[in-house]
Amino acid sequence: MNVQLPTGRELFEPKRPGSQDIAWCPGCGNFGIRNILISALAELGLKPNQVAIISGIGQAAKMPHYINVNGYHTLHGRAIPIATGVKASNPELTVIAEGGDGDMYAEGGNHLLHAIRRNPDITVLIHDNQVYGLTKGQASPTTMKGMKTPTQPWGVFEEPFNPLALAIALDASFVARTFMGYFKESVEIIKKAIQHKGLTIVDILHPCVSFNKVNTYAWYREHTYWMDDHDPYDREAAFRRALESDPLPLGIFYIHEKPTFEEQVPAYKKDKTPLWKREPKPELVKKFFEGKKL
Amino acid sequence: MSEFKEDVSIVLGGAAGQGIQTVEEILTHALKKSGYHVYANKEYMSRVRGGINTTEIRVSSKRVRAFVKRIDILVPFKQGVLSWVRDRLGENTVVLGEKENVEEEFLDKVNLVEVPLTKMVMEVGSQLYLNTTAAGLIVGFFHGDFGAVEEYIRKRFGSKGENVVQKNIEAARKGYELGVKLCEEGTIKIEVERDEKVKDEVLLTGTEAVGIGAFAGGMDFLSFYPMSPSTGVSTFAAQHAEEFGIIVEQVEDEISAINMALGAWYAGARAMVSTSGGGFALMSEAISLAGMAENPVVVHLAQRPGPATGLPTRTMQGDLNLVLYSGHGDFPRIILAPGSLEEAFYLTAEAFNLADKYQVPVIILTDQYFVDTYYNLPAPDMEKVKFERYIVEAKPGYRRYELTEDGISPRAVPGYGEEVVIANGNEHDEWGDITEDAELTIKMQEKRAIKKLETIKKNAPLPKLIGSENAKYLVIAWGSTLHVVEEALEKLGRDDVALLHFSWVYPLKPKVREFFEGKVLIDVENNITGQFAELLRKELGIEVHHKILKYDGRPFSVEEVLEGLKGVIE
Ligand SMILES: Cc1ncc(C[n+]2csc(CCOP(=O)(O)OP(=O)(O)O)c2C)c(N)n1
Ligand code: SF4
Repeated sequence: MNVQLPTGRELFEPKRPGSQDIAWCPGCGNFGIRNILISALAELGLKPNQVAIISGIGQAAKMPHYINVNGYHTLHGRAIPIATGVKASNPELTVIAEGGDGDMYAEGGNHLLHAIRRNPDITVLIHDNQVYGLTKGQASPTTMKGMKTPTQPWGVFEEPFNPLALAIALDASFVARTFMGYFKESVEIIKKAIQHKGLTIVDILHPCVSFNKVNTYAWYREHTYWMDDHDPYDREAAFRRALESDPLPLGIFYIHEKPTFEEQVPAYKKDKTPLWKREPKPELVKKFFEGKKL
Repeated sequence: MSEFKEDVSIVLGGAAGQGIQTVEEILTHALKKSGYHVYANKEYMSRVRGGINTTEIRVSSKRVRAFVKRIDILVPFKQGVLSWVRDRLGENTVVLGEKENVEEEFLDKVNLVEVPLTKMVMEVGSQLYLNTTAAGLIVGFFHGDFGAVEEYIRKRFGSKGENVVQKNIEAARKGYELGVKLCEEGTIKIEVERDEKVKDEVLLTGTEAVGIGAFAGGMDFLSFYPMSPSTGVSTFAAQHAEEFGIIVEQVEDEISAINMALGAWYAGARAMVSTSGGGFALMSEAISLAGMAENPVVVHLAQRPGPATGLPTRTMQGDLNLVLYSGHGDFPRIILAPGSLEEAFYLTAEAFNLADKYQVPVIILTDQYFVDTYYNLPAPDMEKVKFERYIVEAKPGYRRYELTEDGISPRAVPGYGEEVVIANGNEHDEWGDITEDAELTIKMQEKRAIKKLETIKKNAPLPKLIGSENAKYLVIAWGSTLHVVEEALEKLGRDDVALLHFSWVYPLKPKVREFFEGKVLIDVENNITGQFAELLRKELGIEVHHKILKYDGRPFSVEEVLEGLKGVIE
C-alpha cells in the first residue's frame, strides 16, 4: 500500500498487553479496516478518550481490543442499542458501533431497523465479508445465492439481504458502501460518516480469506465501481443505485440531514450537560410529594 | 340498619371503561383529606372494555395497608359483580345501588339499599356523571370534606372545561347529600374516627413509589417495552422526564431496553428498565453481560403470574427464581423486594447506589398487587436518601478490571480522565482485553463470583423482625405480602408468633440464619412452590416447617393468612 499515513495515528495504537496478539487470520480484510479507522480518527484530530467503539460479537467485533479508544465488546447483535445508550448518556463522545454482517444484519437486524428510526448520532460500521467468520464459515445474511458452505452444502438459496436499499427505504440519515481495498477512499467515507450528525451506516466490503473463497480481493475489485455522478441527496437515485447488484456501486449513497435522537429528547433541550454528570433533584422529589398531599 | 365501625371495606365493581378508577381516586383523595386513613387496591381483567373490574377501598381510624376479603359495602355498576365477588359477601355486606345491577339470585339474600344513581345523574344531564355521584355518596356516609371532592374534581377534569367541572361537582353533591341523608335516617351508620395528621400525609401508589424513588436515586435514563403491570413506572417516568431532565425511551423490544441501559451505565449515567417476567426473560442475555462486564444496571420487575403470558393483569410472587438464576455462568446480583411504599421509595433510590458501587444488576421485584396498591403515608424524607457516586477518573495506567481484595474494581467512564476504558463481555485481563489464560480466568471468576459476592453479603442488611425475638413461631415473608401478614398477626393476637420480613432478598448474610434457630418456621408466599423457602434452604440450609401458599393469581387477604396461620398453630 503506497499511501501516506497521517500523523497522530500512533495515539490510536494500543500498548496494552492483550492488544498485541491480534486474533485475525493473516491476510484478512479486518486489518485494512483497522488501518482505515485509525487514519480516519487521526485525520479528524480526535483523542482516544473522546471516542468509544461498541462492538458486538464476531471477528470484526474484536476491533476495540486492537485500537486505543474506549471500547465495549458486548453481545452478538447488541452493539447498536448499547451504543445508543452510550451516546445518550454522553453526547460529547464520538460513538461507533461495529460488527460483522451476521452481527448487525442477522442477530441485530431488528435493532438496526429501529436505530434508523431513532436516529442517534452514532456511526455504524459493518464489516461485510458475506460470511460468518468467527463461527467458521456459515452463510450470513449477505452471502450470495448459490454459495456452498459447511452448513448450506446445497448452496444458499435465500435472497441476500440488501442493507443499503433497506436503509434508504427507511430514510436513514447517511448510507454508504466501500471496499476496504481502497484505502484513501474508505478513510474519506468513514471520516464523513463520523462527522455526519445522525445515524450513519457504512457497509464495508472485505474479504474473509479463510472462509469466503468467492468474494476475494480480486473479486471485489472486479465487481465494484465508484459512483462519480451520484447525488446522495436524491433518495430515488440512491435507491436505484442500491438495487444494482453487479457491479456493486461504492460511495455515499444517501444523505438526509435530520434531527438526531439526542437533539429531540426533552432531557437535552434546555440543558446540554451530559446525563452522566447530572445529579438527582431532591427539590423536585419534595415538590412531587407536596402535590401528593392533595 | 347496617352499622360499621373503625374500619370499613368498600368495594366498587363494574366493567372496564365504566370509570371505577375515577370513583376510587375521588374517594380516596377526599377521604384522606377529611382525615381518614385509606387503602385501595384494584383487581382487573385483561381487556380494555367490559368484563368485571373491582376496587377495594378501606377507610379506617387506624393506618390500613392490606387487602381484606371482607366486603362491608358493595357498589355494583353492572350485573355480574355480585357473582364475581360471591365468596367475599358476608351477612353484613350492604349492597348499595340500583336493583338492575343485582342478579336475581342475590335479591333476597343481600342487604340491598336501593339508590337511584342513574335517575340522579340524569337530572344533572348525563350518564357520564355516575361515578362522581357514587363517589359523593360514599364521601357523604363519612360526612367527609366536600371541599376536597370539589378540589379533586377540579384537578382531574379542569382541562375539560368549566362546564364539565361544574356538572361533576353537581353530580357529586347530589350523591353527597343523599349519603348524609341515608346516615341521618339511620339506614347506614358508620363510625370511623378521624386523625388530623392524615390530612398532611401523601397518597401514593406502588408504581409512584418506585418511580419517584428512581428519580430520588438519580435515574437519568429509562428504556422500556410496555408490559403489564410494569408499564405504570415507565409512564410515570415519561410524564416527569422533562421536569427531571431525564431520557425515557420506548424501544423495539426488551433486549434493546436493557442493552441501552447497559450502554448508559457504561458511559456513567444511572439507568433503569421496567418490565415484567416475560420481558425480563428476554433480558437474561444482557443480565449475563452485565455480570461479566461488571456493568451496573437497575431493573424493576413487576411480577405477574406465568409461565409465558400467564395472567397478564393479576398477581404472583413467581419470578424470584427467574431473577435469581437468569443469565448463564456465575456472577453476583442483588435482589430487592419492597414490602411497603416507603421501602419501595428508599430501596429504589438505593438500588442506583448499589449498582454503582458493586457494578452488578440490581433487581427490584414488585408485583401487580404491589404496584396497584395505594395508601396514605407520611411523605418519605429526601434527606434520608444518599446519592453515592463511585466513578473514578481514568488516569494513565487505568485498568477497568483491576484485581482487588474485595472484588470491586474502580469503575471509570469514557471521557473522564486521559486513559481509555475497555469493558468486555468476554473473559478478560485487568485492562479489559480478551484472554483465554487459565490462571487469569480463575482469578476473574473468583473476583466476580466469590470475592465480590462476599463483599455484597457482608454489607447486606438484615431482614426486619416484627414481634418478639423469643416467639416460638416465626412467619417468613418477602416483598409485597408484608402488610397483609402483619395485619393477620395483629388479628391473631399471639405474642408467640413473630414475622420476619425480607425486602433484601438476595444475597443473604449468613447471620440471617440466627433468626431461625429453634423456631417453628411458617413460610407465606404468593406462588406455588415456595421459591423463597427454597432459596433459604439452598443459601442457608434452612428448612421451613409449614408453607402457606396462594397461587390463583390473586393477592393474599388478611383473612386467608389468618386462617392459614391458625391451621398451622392451633
Ligand atoms: C447469541 C449468540 N449467538 C451465536 C453466537 C455465535 N457467534 C459468534 S460470532 C457469530 C457470527 C459472526 O459473523 P459476523 O457477524 O459476520 O462476523 P465475522 O466473524 O464474520 O466478522 C456467531 C453466530 C454468539 N456469540 N452469541
Ligand atoms: S475468519 Fe475470515 S473474517 Fe475472520 S479473521 Fe479470518 S479471514 Fe478475517
